[in-house]
Amino acid sequence: MTMAAIQTDVTVHEMPQTPHPIIEVDGISKLYGDVQALKDINLQFETGHLTSLLGPSGCGKTTLLKIIAGLLQPTEGEVRVKGQAIDGPGRERAFVFQDFALMPWASVLDNAAFGLKMQGLGKAERRERARHYVAEVGLSGFEDSFPHQLSGGMRQRVGLARALAVDADVLLMDEPFSAVDEQTRRKFQEDLMHLREVEKKTFLFVTHSIEEAVYVSDRIVLLSPRPGRLSDIIEPDIPRNVDPDRLRRDSGYLDTVEMIWSSIRKYVE
Amino acid sequence: MTLFGRQIPMMSSLIIWALIWEILGQFDLVLLFPPFSEVVMALGDVLTSSSFAEAIRVTLLAYVSGLGLAIVVGIPLGFLMGLVPVADKMLNMWVNTFLAAPLSALVPIFMILFGLGTPTVIVTVFMFAVWIIVLDTRAGVQHITPSLLEMSRSFGAGRGERFRMIFLAALPEILAGIRLGMVRGVKGVVIGQLLVSIIGVGALFTLYQQNFLMAHFWALILLLFALALTLSGLVGKLEKRIDYYAGNRSS
Repeated sequence: MTMAAIQTDVTVHEMPQTPHPIIEVDGISKLYGDVQALKDINLQFETGHLTSLLGPSGCGKTTLLKIIAGLLQPTEGEVRVKGQAIDGPGRERAFVFQDFALMPWASVLDNAAFGLKMQGLGKAERRERARHYVAEVGLSGFEDSFPHQLSGGMRQRVGLARALAVDADVLLMDEPFSAVDEQTRRKFQEDLMHLREVEKKTFLFVTHSIEEAVYVSDRIVLLSPRPGRLSDIIEPDIPRNVDPDRLRRDSGYLDTVEMIWSSIRKYVE
Repeated sequence: MTLFGRQIPMMSSLIIWALIWEILGQFDLVLLFPPFSEVVMALGDVLTSSSFAEAIRVTLLAYVSGLGLAIVVGIPLGFLMGLVPVADKMLNMWVNTFLAAPLSALVPIFMILFGLGTPTVIVTVFMFAVWIIVLDTRAGVQHITPSLLEMSRSFGAGRGERFRMIFLAALPEILAGIRLGMVRGVKGVVIGQLLVSIIGVGALFTLYQQNFLMAHFWALILLLFALALTLSGLVGKLEKRIDYYAGNRSS
């Protein structure tokens, strides 16, 4: 990324070796009956980076994310977080759901505080911390609203606040913006970039949108479908810290989008 | 409701029916139909009689016990069926059969088993109310958004908390089941007492009929209708308060 000025093309790595992996995915396969959803996935995710899992539908990207989250058991292989093999969900990982998964009977603040409540924090303390994160995702003033009173985008912000509040090292996001409209989505992506600077967390991000992946990611893991396999790993070589509207017209950005599209179009057609 | 562009109170249709009843009653065609005014007059008579107070006490006791039992048994049974597929396979057929069956036919059997008294009426109320509670609870439990359970797991919720989450998510359906169970329970208590016919409202009905006190008979029926409607209205109100999120659960 430091060479961005000279090289406008993209860098392609065959086998990733990161110096400080926080998550290691080791030989993961997943079978649903006879259907092979994932086949021999080996991956490492570096601390502090934002990695996208990108691929057409049926490539098993959500399955992989849920295995890393500990919500699904792999048929073969293991996932290590900070060197420790996992056997379920853990405190160092927080999940952001595609359909928000908010409790309709609870207020925004109580929804955001859910993870803290499960960690056994006292009511006053968890409300205070939840309030901080509700404000950080831009929902100040909506603390006492209920999910059905919010728009889709705002609901996902609550889901994000809930995941941030537990102060996990890794944020696992399953197509977090797919259920919100396009304008909200763009604003959301920009906010996510900002959040990443502030929170210094590792992000894993599942998406089916190429533009979104290129825009937000340090690294893009491309999966191919039937069976879900690792197809490519791409580090978008695009300038950061520039105006988002300029970035969307940047030639490096557009080239990367085009390259990814040409490599996955054969699965779509 | 509006008529000729004017807002008309909800109860006005009742007034029209009462008028029709009054007119038909005044013709003195059948003994069975006294004029409505006579029924209203009898209403005071019935309400103040000591036998009515006693009948209501016995009836309410049987009703509340039977319904309570139905709720206490129905909700866990619905949970079991909703969560354990084997239990669902074993029980679903029977629950549906009992829901559709003419349960009144079973009351004589209850009489043999539980005697000619309140226990039989309690069992009747229970049998009328419990199945719809079971089925609605089951439906509620089965239709929980899967991601809500994944969410609770991923944030480290224990068994108890996950159960609480299922219960709250299924609450709108559970309450709908209870409301329907309450309405069915009123049928149960009246049918049970009529067939046992020596206690509660059933005894009063028998008494009025045998003495040709038709105005009193109708007054009692009106009272029971009002009771059933009030009860279901009360639960309906509670449901509305819970319902604010029911329509939003899919998102």
